[in-house]
Amino acid sequence: MKLPIRVLLTAVVASASLVACSGTKTKPNPNTGTTGSTTTTTTDHGNGGPYSGPEALDSDSCLRQRVVYFDFDKSEIRPEFQAAVACHAAYLKQFRGAKVTLEGNADERGTREYNMGLGERRGNAVSSALGAAGASSSQLNVVSYGEERPTCKDHNEGCWQKNRRVEIVYTSKQ
Amino acid sequence: MQRNDLAQLTGFLALMLMLGCAIAAPQGGSLSSEAPTITIANGTASATPIVVVPFKFEGAGLPPETDVSDVVSNDMNRCGQFRVLPKNDIVELPTRGSEIKFPTWNQLKQTYIVVGREIEQPNGDVRVEFEAYDVAKKESLLGAGLAITGPKSGLRDVAHQVADIVYEKITGVRGAFWTRVAYITSTGVGNNIQYSLMVADSDGYNPQTVVKSREPLLSPTWSPDGRKIAYNSFERGNSSIYIQEIGTGAREVVSANKGINGAPAFSPDGSHLALTLSYAGNPDIYIMDLASRHSNQITKHFAIDTEATFMPDGQSVIFTSDRSGKPQLYQASINGGDATRVTFSGEYNANGSISYDGKKIAMVQGSGNVYRIAVLDRATGDSKVISPGNLDEHPSFAPNASMIIYAATEGPRGVLYAVSADGRVRQRLVLADGDVREPSWSPYRQRGQQ
Repeated sequence: MKLPIRVLLTAVVASASLVACSGTKTKPNPNTGTTGSTTTTTTDHGNGGPYSGPEALDSDSCLRQRVVYFDFDKSEIRPEFQAAVACHAAYLKQFRGAKVTLEGNADERGTREYNMGLGERRGNAVSSALGAAGASSSQLNVVSYGEERPTCKDHNEGCWQKNRRVEIVYTSKQ
Repeated sequence: MQRNDLAQLTGFLALMLMLGCAIAAPQGGSLSSEAPTITIANGTASATPIVVVPFKFEGAGLPPETDVSDVVSNDMNRCGQFRVLPKNDIVELPTRGSEIKFPTWNQLKQTYIVVGREIEQPNGDVRVEFEAYDVAKKESLLGAGLAITGPKSGLRDVAHQVADIVYEKITGVRGAFWTRVAYITSTGVGNNIQYSLMVADSDGYNPQTVVKSREPLLSPTWSPDGRKIAYNSFERGNSSIYIQEIGTGAREVVSANKGINGAPAFSPDGSHLALTLSYAGNPDIYIMDLASRHSNQITKHFAIDTEATFMPDGQSVIFTSDRSGKPQLYQASINGGDATRVTFSGEYNANGSISYDGKKIAMVQGSGNVYRIAVLDRATGDSKVISPGNLDEHPSFAPNASMIIYAATEGPRGVLYAVSADGRVRQRLVLADGDVREPSWSPYRQRGQQ
């Protein structure tokens, strides 16, 4: 039962990265972009590199997107974040010494240990997407913090949607 | 004697008032601002009336800070099965059975009366002698009376044991007031956040720090002998499970696999630990032999399986799984095999705590954005919501199942509540700064044990 899900994800991500690598500017979908994430218009050298070096992590607007947000109780990567995921995959593919930790998080609703699982599921979704698009497993690490590391502490959806996230943290840049 | 006269006078006035307006309304939390407050949720019409007369101190030194009869009264009140006569309504102050005028307490409609004395010992300890009577029958429940001796600074412990003995004599069920709770606090924000694993008396007094960490701590759970706590800590960067001796502070990491190491729960005999591990790809339930540290995988499912807790016979675990879509409780044998679903009503049921007899499961029941504590009666399959909050979580049964402790969110912070198993009486606990959560009720304590 696990296999079909993985395969499906891989297929989705592969097509997303194909789109990204062909130089098309994939803009975040405003209809689902309700997260307050950085959605700066790309003025750099296209999504997916090649990148000049580690400084691109700070200068490239696509690579600067390090947070992937999720719907309630869901771990599917929403369309507007697939471009960013593709950029990071391209970077990791180009710089084989680079490593990321994918920190999975959940909102406060539901039990803490279950949310630990949910955070990991989200981290795994981003990890699988990066892997499918060319990053190697040795570059990818997933840690779930469950609901223990909220960025926002109000008890409403405006806040919860900011906490349902995976943070892409570079532990090595090249 | 001035104190007695005054008490008798106020008591007399109170009696007149009461006779005028029948039995008074349920009492509110008329305790000091320092003390945890008791909330009577839905009235206690069926609770048994009991009066705990202030105990008389007999000694040369200063009376102890702890008022033993206050502690006993609070215990009896908060369990939900008793309604304690308010102190102001106590019209006479007998300190031993021979001094009790039963017609007085009959008139006040009291079913039981507890009296006692605190006798200072040559070494400074205090010997608490106490008696309990059935008012209508004028019969002693405790023969010629009982006595417990403890240090002056430890009289809360003595008082809880008095309450346990009286509770057991009347209800036939062992009292669980002399127990403790473990819980997690977090204070500060951002980089200054500090997590602490705490242990306090079951009424929230005497909080002690077990461990502090800058990284998240969660899921504390007691060993059956009450000497150790297993918990989940992120001190190593990822979740790991530690077991720590409370008395010595000695601790060791028992699980630090890749992925999640979470939701520890001791087996009833203390030899095994159920836990959630995800190194094989996704969270499943495992059972670790603590002697060999070898773990057996109990569930194998692509869903999230977590929050296992042993049934009292140790032969199966109840756990949370979202294999049907949303989280529900399931039961699986410790030998593995198919799991059977336990909860069917409610869209979200998780984090079960099982009563000592296995007949009830307290759990988090979610509906929309509202999460409350519900108790499932396994014989009937019915569940009853017993908490009023919006984000209530982490229920934990007292060892005699008379009460449940849980965490609630109030504005920006989390607080703990102890609620009677029927949901009628609720006490707010632990007035710590910051956020308080993840309470776990200890097993019974043994005399002479830390």
